[in-house]
Amino acid sequence: MAPTHATPSHPETSGAGVAVAEPVLEARSVSKRFPGVVALDDVSFALRAGEVHALVGENGAGKSTLIKVLTGVYQSDEGEVRVSGEPVRFARPFEAQQAGISTIYQEVNLVPLMSVARNIFLGREPKNRFGLIDFPRMNRETTELLDGFGVRVDPKRPLHTLGIGTQQMVALARAVSVQAQVVIMDEPTSSLEPREVETLFRVIENLRGQGIAVLYVSHRMDELYRICDRVTVLRDGRHIHTGELAPLERMQLVSMMLGRDMAEVRRDGLTGFAAEGHDAARTPVLTATGLDRRHQLHDISVELYAGEVLGLGGLLGSGRSETAKALTGALPLDGGEITVDGKRIGRPTPAAAIRAGISMLPEDRKAEGIVPGLSVRENIVLAAMPRLSKAGIVSRAKQDRIVDIFMKRLRIKASSPEQKVGELSGGNQQKVLLARWLCLEPKVLLLDEPTRGIDVGAKAEVQSLIDELAREGLAVLLISSDIEELIEGADRIVVLRGGAVAGELAGDEVDESRLLEVLADHTPGAVPADRTPDDHTPGAAPAHPVPEPGGKVPAGQEDPR
Amino acid sequence: MTTQATLPRPAKPLARLRDPAWYQEYGVYAAVAVVLLFNALFTEHFMTADNLRTQLVQVAPIVIVALGMALVIGTEGIDLSVGSTMALAAALLPLYLGYGLVPALLIALLAGAVVGAINGTLVSLVGLQPIVATLALFVGGRGLALVMADGQLKQIVNPDILALGTGSFLGIPTVVLIAGVLALAVAFLVQRTTFGRQIVAIGGNRSASALSGLPVKRVLIGVYILCGVMAALAGILATARLTASDPSSLGTLMELSAITAVVVGGTPLNGGSIRVLGTVAGALLMQLLRATLVKHDLPDSTAQIAQAAIIIAAVYVARERRSR
Repeated sequence: MAPTHATPSHPETSGAGVAVAEPVLEARSVSKRFPGVVALDDVSFALRAGEVHALVGENGAGKSTLIKVLTGVYQSDEGEVRVSGEPVRFARPFEAQQAGISTIYQEVNLVPLMSVARNIFLGREPKNRFGLIDFPRMNRETTELLDGFGVRVDPKRPLHTLGIGTQQMVALARAVSVQAQVVIMDEPTSSLEPREVETLFRVIENLRGQGIAVLYVSHRMDELYRICDRVTVLRDGRHIHTGELAPLERMQLVSMMLGRDMAEVRRDGLTGFAAEGHDAARTPVLTATGLDRRHQLHDISVELYAGEVLGLGGLLGSGRSETAKALTGALPLDGGEITVDGKRIGRPTPAAAIRAGISMLPEDRKAEGIVPGLSVRENIVLAAMPRLSKAGIVSRAKQDRIVDIFMKRLRIKASSPEQKVGELSGGNQQKVLLARWLCLEPKVLLLDEPTRGIDVGAKAEVQSLIDELAREGLAVLLISSDIEELIEGADRIVVLRGGAVAGELAGDEVDESRLLEVLADHTPGAVPADRTPDDHTPGAAPAHPVPEPGGKVPAGQEDPR
Repeated sequence: MTTQATLPRPAKPLARLRDPAWYQEYGVYAAVAVVLLFNALFTEHFMTADNLRTQLVQVAPIVIVALGMALVIGTEGIDLSVGSTMALAAALLPLYLGYGLVPALLIALLAGAVVGAINGTLVSLVGLQPIVATLALFVGGRGLALVMADGQLKQIVNPDILALGTGSFLGIPTVVLIAGVLALAVAFLVQRTTFGRQIVAIGGNRSASALSGLPVKRVLIGVYILCGVMAALAGILATARLTASDPSSLGTLMELSAITAVVVGGTPLNGGSIRVLGTVAGALLMQLLRATLVKHDLPDSTAQIAQAAIIIAAVYVARERRSR
């Protein structure tokens, strides 16, 4: 006489009453080894219905491996996975999906050439009575579904024509629409704009209300404290802590993730930037005047001084990355002039820009940064190869010397310089790319989202490196969607809007409210009102009711291309 | 199923055979060794100097073309025009022999360079997909060769040219010597020169290479030119051995033999890695396999089926590499 299972008790909307809910997804003493590495060591973890559970840890902590074990991408070596108390063994990700576990991966994994609607209904397309795909119905349902997310796009448009943020919303819509019990989100906000983040949080609240469990992986503290009920900390493949998030102090959480001394973390602050600014030189190193490109850049002029960090702010599609690319000659221009140290760059190409002393760390690490099949050494020397060669023949000795210096200086963790870059964690890949650009001894360093998608530890290291470089006299241009990073890192911020300069903040003006003002100007309602400076307070109340953001403005507008 | 040991132990050779990485690395050499061993045991008159020399002489042009092809494939490209380039070189050779051996050779090689430059330009500057760009000269190149040769087979009597095909140095046939030297040169190019490393980097990630200031277009054109020149050289050598210029049939299906050698040798078609020695072994494997089957009185069709099986096995092994 088995007692019938009651449906999971409906949690209160506040999310505080989840303590008694039963685990819908559970990992018991799970271990996973790869040749030479123990990725997960006896990790237990339970996800309850109707909770938003944060999973945090540095890169290499085992977050991704745990997710992959839970979703059937990997099979654990020891231990078991349970769904609603029943032991399961997923041979393939599809089986996990069938069991109601949906995953949104860090990199959007949809089919770029297919339409939005086809992506959402991939593998479960509605059929008409001839057994063919019922396109009208599919498109209609897609529109309805996306409307719920505040995204208005033509369902027939190929996915790749949308901005990356909108693509992410489509991925989310797909994950939610498959009747999931558990939704796993791996860094869902890493490519979203603030207003899209608000939409995402509204959707998460909605999921919580329906008793769906959300596993939320993110490096952004603000988000975790706003949206998550409980937190699990992993470090070096081991389980460190699970508990309510609200009473946990921010510093405490960070120190658990890093395994560092509390006092040390406190002294360094939350970002790796030092408190004081930099002494900038009086004459600019780089001057760009009237950069113009049809539909993308309109008369952009920027001056960059040695020894300063210039922030480049703006929303998605405002032309930040395009400006950086234009400065390095990677984006052909219709007009404008770039000079470095008073010398004009004739026809800007990446090679000419590098010769003039401009280096750029591109935004998309995978697509434009690393060469995954080559070693750490070869990735570092890629751009400097001609300088490290004699008569077209590479000098291993010279390469090894440079590589050794930068691997030590940037603390790149790899088994050897000959390890393939594709096998490293995101943070270490980013450091390899930084090394590639720094070994050119540039005068100007352009950084496009240097800390996106890397773990807290590496993030702090990269930030303090930026600080150090500026202090040594490098001119740094910093692009970041992380407002905290932009404000604490930059001495001056130039704000772009719609491909043109919208304003500049210098000195005391560099603060969050001023920045948001400039960002928000002429785009009414686009910026959430609740982004106030008080979210620096440790342990701010999580999951407070989300104010209606921005009213009717669609969250997922595309890049104006 | 037992859990895998954390570190591979060289002490257990059987465990090593279960590791897919081992096949990627050494599979093609092991296969060549197995074929040789089989023949040593079961085929009469196979492991004789005469027969081995014949095999090497026959495989040499394929090796030369495959070396160029490996470079192109390393950039995530492909060159279908190599067979036609061979025919073009063969057609030009008798036309300019009147001016002497060296001018005739240079003209033939130059033709290869021109074909390569056209391919490279179409790929890098115009932005055509390599398979489409080189398809144009695959079709057009042979047509041009036939026009130049009046569609006729021409006997070659120049003793210097014929010496290229039949001569030998220290007991090694000249053709084999040339192929060997070229293999070493290409291996050096790929491993030790800036140009070679840039080829690999561009194949591994084109946009990253461009942003790093690599001369992507120049490198691509250079690679196709090298491939064209090597194909032309193979055309000259094949003509010399044939003692006749035969543009209508010389080098037909050569593009496929070359691609097969490269793939069987373990170079992935999606670029970013070039295995020079593997390519040589790949060409050798296909040649020996065919010879073995022929010596055992099996028809050529059987050899083709066996070759197909090898290709599938090679691609299967390569698949593991990509999924990691």
